[in-house]
Amino acid sequence: MEPMGRIDPSTLSVRDLPWQVLWNRETCTLCGKCTAVCPVQAVELAVHRKRVVTAAVGLAEKPSQAVGLYHGIRQRTDAAHACVGCGMCTLVCPNGAIAPAHSDEADKLRFHVQQGGEPRRRGGRRNDPRSLLDAIKFVRISMLTDPALDAGRHEFELRTLLGRILPPEEILKVTKENGWVPPVREIYPLVIGSMSFGALSPTMWEGLQMGVAYLNEELGMPVRICTGEGGCPPRLLRSRFLKYVILQIASGYFGWDEILHALPEMQEDPCAIEIKYGQGAKPGDGGLLMWYKVNRLIAAIRGVPAGVSLPSPPTHQTKYSIEEAVAKMIQSMAMAWGFRVPVYPKISATSTTLAVLNNLTRNPYAGGLAIDGEDGGTGAAYSVSMDHMGHPIASNVRDAYLNLVKVGKQNEIPIFAGGGVGKNGNLAANAAALIMLGASGVQTGKYLMQAAAGCLGSEHDRCNICNVGRCPKGITAQDPRLYRRLDPEKVAERLVDVFKGFDTELKKIVAPLGRSTSLPIGMSDAIGIADGHAAERLKIKYVV
Amino acid sequence: MCRLFAMTSAEPLSPMVAIRALDVMKEGHDGSGVGLFLTDLGGDFEQFRGGPILSGIFSNAGIKALDRYMMDMDFMVKYKLSIRPPTAPPPGTPKRDNYLIRVYEYPPEWEALSQAELHHRLMMTRLELRRMGEADGSMLIFSFWPDVIMIKEVGDPLTVSEYLGLNRRELQARVMLAQGRQNTNYAIDIYACHPFFIQGIATMTNGENTAFVPIREFLTSRRYEGYQGYQSDSEVFTHILHYTRNHLGLGLEMYKHIITPLKDDELAEHPNGAWLRLVKQSCRPLIVDGPNCVMGCLPDKGLFMVQDSKKLRPGVVGGNPGMIAFSSEMCGLDAAIPARDKSRDFQPMKYDTVYVGPDRREVRQWSQWDELTPRP
Repeated sequence: MEPMGRIDPSTLSVRDLPWQVLWNRETCTLCGKCTAVCPVQAVELAVHRKRVVTAAVGLAEKPSQAVGLYHGIRQRTDAAHACVGCGMCTLVCPNGAIAPAHSDEADKLRFHVQQGGEPRRRGGRRNDPRSLLDAIKFVRISMLTDPALDAGRHEFELRTLLGRILPPEEILKVTKENGWVPPVREIYPLVIGSMSFGALSPTMWEGLQMGVAYLNEELGMPVRICTGEGGCPPRLLRSRFLKYVILQIASGYFGWDEILHALPEMQEDPCAIEIKYGQGAKPGDGGLLMWYKVNRLIAAIRGVPAGVSLPSPPTHQTKYSIEEAVAKMIQSMAMAWGFRVPVYPKISATSTTLAVLNNLTRNPYAGGLAIDGEDGGTGAAYSVSMDHMGHPIASNVRDAYLNLVKVGKQNEIPIFAGGGVGKNGNLAANAAALIMLGASGVQTGKYLMQAAAGCLGSEHDRCNICNVGRCPKGITAQDPRLYRRLDPEKVAERLVDVFKGFDTELKKIVAPLGRSTSLPIGMSDAIGIADGHAAERLKIKYVV
Repeated sequence: MCRLFAMTSAEPLSPMVAIRALDVMKEGHDGSGVGLFLTDLGGDFEQFRGGPILSGIFSNAGIKALDRYMMDMDFMVKYKLSIRPPTAPPPGTPKRDNYLIRVYEYPPEWEALSQAELHHRLMMTRLELRRMGEADGSMLIFSFWPDVIMIKEVGDPLTVSEYLGLNRRELQARVMLAQGRQNTNYAIDIYACHPFFIQGIATMTNGENTAFVPIREFLTSRRYEGYQGYQSDSEVFTHILHYTRNHLGLGLEMYKHIITPLKDDELAEHPNGAWLRLVKQSCRPLIVDGPNCVMGCLPDKGLFMVQDSKKLRPGVVGGNPGMIAFSSEMCGLDAAIPARDKSRDFQPMKYDTVYVGPDRREVRQWSQWDELTPRP
């Protein structure tokens, strides 16, 4: 600011920012850790000038003044350095002298984020804590009409199927004639959703992969993880662990050169191939890995130059119609693995979902449909896409399931639902609700970042800087100084904790409903909601 | 929990034998309904083995509508048993005009039909009559099939049977299913009374079917006219058996593999595991989760019983060559066949299917672990 205090349109006070950094001079040790750790340099060391007036009692001595100094921090107020509320300063402060606090009124920063004409981009989520899934209750409790099952003692078989399942008449005919049976995977119904190598740090990826291997090989839980669009590390492609991995291909085709070259050397087939056409967090927009994160390793795996932004096109450029995009691409991918690997598309939830689904019902190679709702997360997107584009997952999945019921193919094309599952911490309840609405399984990403790695994001626009690679926890950073903060072993441990906990909670939900021998897909009589319109829309019970 | 009793006997018996067995098990049903399925008929009906028998309840107007419809179809009545109870109905039982059992002669043009087409038309006739009576309740149709009589009513089984005079001489059968209903979640509706019937197959179940809604959705989406109704969650057990036999062409030994398939790790050990796994995946929406004991009768007049995969319900089969009974409780079996070798009683467990063929000589049992023959 100039000496005369010139004020620009975008000059903001601390009060105008969403987060105010509260600092206590008395307890501050001036160690400087907060300023060093802050991912956006929102606080800086500062020298404060302070006038001290001394006025003695009586008239003998005249009042005097002295100008002194003290040291401390200052919160910066320009848009580029506005506090993101991550709270890392609090985490590192030895004396608890500093903490961000959320403003109690709407900030003014939001009107100034498009500096230089570039709208705000960020990572994270939609920043809307409301959740219809949280409002769904499980109301059909077996008690006296039938014995409730014991979540702790009964045997449960809560696996699901991924892949095209032939109808009974067809499977009998095909097996009799030694025909082709489409590949079907028996997997755990909670899938680790697509988060790319690149969006995630190497330590985060390694931790997730280790956790998945442990869940499969030590605990017998067939948990699967999707790569997202960023390829797959070459050693993993050639390892036996590939069978736990769903390889994603998206419109940028990043990493597929490496994958195709590894094909002859693969020991195992991947679990499945996910063709991404859309993402719930930013429907109609392609993937985006901003240049900050494209280091040499990422560039090598993706087959691109380092240090350039990698925006994937919004659609697959070689395809011009749904028939091409869906039918031919699915068939091509299926063919690449000799029709031994299920191939399915992932779309963002949209009012045109049924058109895609109906197309899949007529495609014998389509192994399912993943639908990602508006509450899905992302590593980088324009705020406007995240905040305003997209369709809620619950009604989209319900419509898709009931449409399949109408054509009698509800068991043939499994629907996987994602987007906001567990956004408020209710992972098992949200997953069970989606399954009872008709999903065969669910995909989750953000919950795992929070639970397994300590992501600081919340539904109140906290942190959300995944896009620039400054993740203070090292989850989405590509700078070794940051990602070394994350111990992959600990991520793996926490991932196992999450899945074991989820498994128990899922049993605690389905056992009282009298279900244990099969996943209660479409068991809509078991759920209700205290919102008449939602109940009518979802065709479930209205309970008050 | 409902009480179930089924019996097969070389000599025709009065349905009261089954009703009395139900009465012994009375504390298990609340009298909200009774259902009877009789086949391999004796008495007056034995001589009309080939003709389809219509069983139902009709108002006086309903009978007129029935007559008009059947005459238009060119059906001829060959024999009938009308029950018009002279006294007031017992408490809880509605006053009805006519309980009707009529044997028809096929329309002449039906004579040349293939058996499949004949069976289809019989079913469609039953469904059409049911539809006609649905609006005003003038017709309640339970079955329309050769050598099959069904009687259902709301009320206590013994009281209702005495009220209807079911001990009458004309009414005798060698094979019977009887159910005393414990109304649970669903409204009292006579169409919710077991046993349920479709094209020669009848089953009855106790326990609630917790997987009812997805199963109903699967069956109705087969677009087969016969898969409708579902006033009770147990009706799907009958239709799954029908689907297994008539659509998939599989035998009774596969019924249990469809409603309660082996677990994935069990299939890995089974000699037909690879094939059974595919069937399990394909028939996943038909998996029941219990707690259920299912008893039923096949078109060959053989009786069977299976349990859910957690075996949460009792069920016993026992008797002597020539007379064998299935009962949801031991006391029902004791009441019906007290003189038997009890050491040979068998309680099917979670992997078992038991079957007594039309010769009534022995109780056959097989386990889901058995290798399938012929190998699929």
